[in-house]
Amino acid sequence: MSAAAYSRLRAVAFRVAQSIPVVLGVVVISFLLTRALPGDPAAYFAGAAADAASIQEVREALGLDKPLLQQFLLYVTDLAHGDLGQSISSGRPVAVDLVSRLPASLELTLTALVLSCGLAIPLGILAATRPGSWVDHLCRVLVTAGVSLPTFFTGILLIYIFYYLLGVAPSPLGRLDFIYLAPDHVTGFYLIDAALTGDWETWRGAAKQLILPSTTLALFTLAPIARMTRAAMLTALSSDFIRTARAAGLSRGTVLYAYAFRNALLPVVTTLGMVFSFALGANVLVEKVFAWPGIGSYAVEALVVSDYAAVQGFVLAMALLFVALNLVIDLLYSVIDPRFGFAAK
Amino acid sequence: MTETTRRNLLKMGMAGASILPFLRVLPAAAQGADTLVVATGQTINSLDLHRTGTNRASYQVAVNCYDRLVSFGTKEAPGGGYSYDYDTVVPELAESWTVSEDGLTLTFKIKPNATFWDGSKVTAEDVKWSFDRAVSVGGFPTVQMKAGGLERPEQFAAADAETFVITLDRPSKLAIPDLAVPVPFVINSALAKANATADDPWAMEYLHTTPAGSGAFKVLRWTPGEQLVYERNDDWVGGPVPAVKRIVVREVPSPATRRALIERGDVHMSFDIPDKDAAELAEIVDVYSTPVENCIHCLCCNTNFEPFQDPDVRKAVAYAVPYEDIFQAAAYGRGAPLWGGEAAIGDTAWPRKTQYYTDIDKAKAHMAKSGFPDGFEVPLSISLDLASWMEPAALLIQESLAQIGIVAEIEKIPGANWRTAALVEKRLPLHLENFGGWLNTPDYYFFWAYQEGHLFNSSNYRNDEIEELVSATLHMPMDDPEYAPKIKRMFEIVLEELPRIPLYQPALNVATNGAEGYEFWFHRQLDVRPLSAV
Repeated sequence: MSAAAYSRLRAVAFRVAQSIPVVLGVVVISFLLTRALPGDPAAYFAGAAADAASIQEVREALGLDKPLLQQFLLYVTDLAHGDLGQSISSGRPVAVDLVSRLPASLELTLTALVLSCGLAIPLGILAATRPGSWVDHLCRVLVTAGVSLPTFFTGILLIYIFYYLLGVAPSPLGRLDFIYLAPDHVTGFYLIDAALTGDWETWRGAAKQLILPSTTLALFTLAPIARMTRAAMLTALSSDFIRTARAAGLSRGTVLYAYAFRNALLPVVTTLGMVFSFALGANVLVEKVFAWPGIGSYAVEALVVSDYAAVQGFVLAMALLFVALNLVIDLLYSVIDPRFGFAAK
Repeated sequence: MTETTRRNLLKMGMAGASILPFLRVLPAAAQGADTLVVATGQTINSLDLHRTGTNRASYQVAVNCYDRLVSFGTKEAPGGGYSYDYDTVVPELAESWTVSEDGLTLTFKIKPNATFWDGSKVTAEDVKWSFDRAVSVGGFPTVQMKAGGLERPEQFAAADAETFVITLDRPSKLAIPDLAVPVPFVINSALAKANATADDPWAMEYLHTTPAGSGAFKVLRWTPGEQLVYERNDDWVGGPVPAVKRIVVREVPSPATRRALIERGDVHMSFDIPDKDAAELAEIVDVYSTPVENCIHCLCCNTNFEPFQDPDVRKAVAYAVPYEDIFQAAAYGRGAPLWGGEAAIGDTAWPRKTQYYTDIDKAKAHMAKSGFPDGFEVPLSISLDLASWMEPAALLIQESLAQIGIVAEIEKIPGANWRTAALVEKRLPLHLENFGGWLNTPDYYFFWAYQEGHLFNSSNYRNDEIEELVSATLHMPMDDPEYAPKIKRMFEIVLEELPRIPLYQPALNVATNGAEGYEFWFHRQLDVRPLSAV
C-alpha cells in the first residue's frame, strides 16, 4: 500500500516537473506577445490631452523606456519573488486583482459545470440506452440548440424573459445585488464564504444571482458532455464484457452503472477538462452581459489598454490553472480505472 | 403599482424593516429616497485623478469627493435638464477672489468653515500642496494645469491660512475656468503627507484607494470592477448639501443589461447610454441628450496624404459626405447637426454649422477641377473603441466617396493603437475624430485641433495665420474688441480649408427612472451632487 502511495506521489512529482518547461514557455511567450501588441501604453495612460513630454514622463514612470531584455529580466526577477507586477489600470498588484477576480469566474464556471453535468450525463445515458427514441431526439435538439446559440445571446435572452418580462430573476447586477454586503473574503467563493459565516441571507442572494449566468454557461457546455456521454455509453454497451455481464444475469442497473458507465467515464472526464478550460474562456461574454466581475472581463480590459503586467499575470494564472487541471484529470483516470498505470510513467 | 420591484420596496421604506431582517445590508439602503442606484458601463479604476493610468470614468470621484476653489454655475440645457454654465464661475472652497489690475495675481479667500472629512480645517497650505502635486506629477493633470497657465509650484503661495495666491506668467482668461475643471482638487495635505513615503512624496499609493477630501460625498466602499458607493458628507460647505444620502454606482458593461435595468426601474439612472438606446428609451423613461459643448465629430483629411493637399479634393469630400444620413444612422438624431449653415460668419459660437451640405454634383465638380479627376484610393480609419458611431458613419462616407471616384477602404484600428496612430504619429490619411475641449472657448478648441503639432490636430494642418490668431486669442479676454473679429477669421479659414470636416455635435445621453436633478458637465462624467430621488 505504501509502495503504491509512493509510486503515485512520484508520478505526481514527475507530472509537476514536466509542467515546468510549459510554464517557463508561457512566461516568455506572454511577455513577448504583450510587447508585440499594437498600441502604446504610455500614450494611452498619459491621457486625453497629453503632449510628447508627458507621454515620455509616463513611459519612464512605467519603465517602458528600458531595453526589452532588461524589462524581461526585471519581470522574471519579480516573478521569482512571487510578484506578478503592478497593473497600471487598476493600480493594484496583479496578484491581488487575480485573487479577487478568479474566484468569481471559478464559482460561475464550476456552478455551470455542475448544472451541465447534472443534466448532460443522465441525458447522455438515457439517449444511449434508447437510441432513436424521443429521449435521444430531445438530447440531440437540446445539444444542438445549446451549442449553436452564442452565450451572450442566450444570456440576453434569459435576462429578457426571466428578468425583464416575467420579473422572477433578480436584477443582473453581478455577483450580489447592491443591498447585500459581500461576505468576508475567505475563499472568494461567495457561496462558500457566506456559508462559512452562516449568513444564509447573503448565500441566497448570491445563489440567486448565479442562476441565470450559470444556466447560460451550462447550456453552452451541455453539448460536448452529453454527446460524449452518449457515444461512450454506446461503445461500452456494445462491448463484449457487457454482453457477458448481461448473459451472466446481472441486473440492468448493475450492468448499466457499475460496468458500462464506469468504463464510459474516462472520455467524459477528458471532455469535462476541455470543457472547463474553454468555458473559463467563454466566460467573458457571459461576464459582460451579467456584469460579473470575473477574470475574463479583467483580461479583456487589460488587453484593450495594453496593461502588460495584468495580461501576463492572467496568462500565467490560466497556464497554472490548466496544468493543475490536467494533473487532477490524470489522477482521476487512475481512480476511475486502476489499470491506468501511473507508476509506469 | 402592485409589482414588488425593489424600488417600490425602497420607496415604501419597508425593505429593511420587514423583508430583510437578518441581512447585513448597507444600513441606509432601506431608507427609500435616501439611496440612488446608477448603472454605468465604464469601470472606475482609481480614486485619485492625478495617478498615471487613471481612466476617465474615475474623474467623477474627483468631482464628487473633492472640492476645487471654484466651480461653474448651472443653466438650462438644450435637450432637457440642466447643464453647467461656463460663463458663471461660482465659489466652491473659495469664498471670494480678486484679480489684480494687471491680471497676474489671483487671490482667493478660503471659506473659514470649510473642513475635511476628518474635521481638520481646509487651509491655503492644503490648496498649495494639492496644486503643487497637480503640476508636479506629470501626465494628464500637469498638461491640464498648463492650459490655465499653471505650470510650476512657485506660482502658488499660501499668504495665510485662509488666503491663497496664484501668480501667473501672463494674464489669461483660461486661468480661473481651469481651476474649475476636475484636476485642481484640494486634498487634505496633512493626512496625505502622513501617508507619503520617500519614494512616493505625493502619496499616490494612499490616495489611489483612500480619498482625503472635503467634498460633498465620501467613498463608503469601492470594489473595482463592481461598484462604488458614495456617502454624503453632511458638513459640506462647497454648495447646497446633496439631497441623497447614498449613491451606488454599479458597473454594468452590457448596454442591453443596462437598458433592461433602467426600464424595469431597478436602477434610477443609466449613465452614458448609446444613442440608439437613448432614442428608443425616450418614450419610456426620462432621457437627457445634451449636445457636448465644444465637441465635434469630424472627418479629418490628413495633409500628409498627397490628394488631400488639394483644396478641391477636400471640398469635394465635404460636399460628398451624407450628413443627415450619418446623423440619423450614427447618432440616431441625438446631438446637433453641423451642416447647411450660412457661409458668412456672424457670431463666435462654436461648434457652428458649416456652409457645406450633401451635394454630389458639386462634389463631382470639385473633383473634376482638382488634380485628381480620376479619383484615388485611401484607407478610411476608425477606432474599434468608438465603433458605435464611427462604423456606421464610415460606411456611409465610403458609399458616398465611391460616387465621386474616391475608393475608401475602411481600416479598423484597436483602441490601444488608435491614439498612437491617429493623434501621436498622425499618420492616418482619412479618419474620424471626436475631440472635445473641456474649456468652452473656440480658441481652446483651435489650440488643440488646428495648431501645428498639437495632439488633436490629426490632419497635420498648418496655416500661418491660424497659428498667429490662435496664439493671440488663447489668453485674450472674450470681451476684448479684437477677440470676436479674430475668432471669426479663424472660423472662416478652417471652414474654407477644411482640414477637419465637421459632421455633427455628439450628445451625452443619460436615462433616469426615479431620479431628477441631472446636470451635464463638460468632463462628461456623472456629478452626483445635484441628484435627488423623485
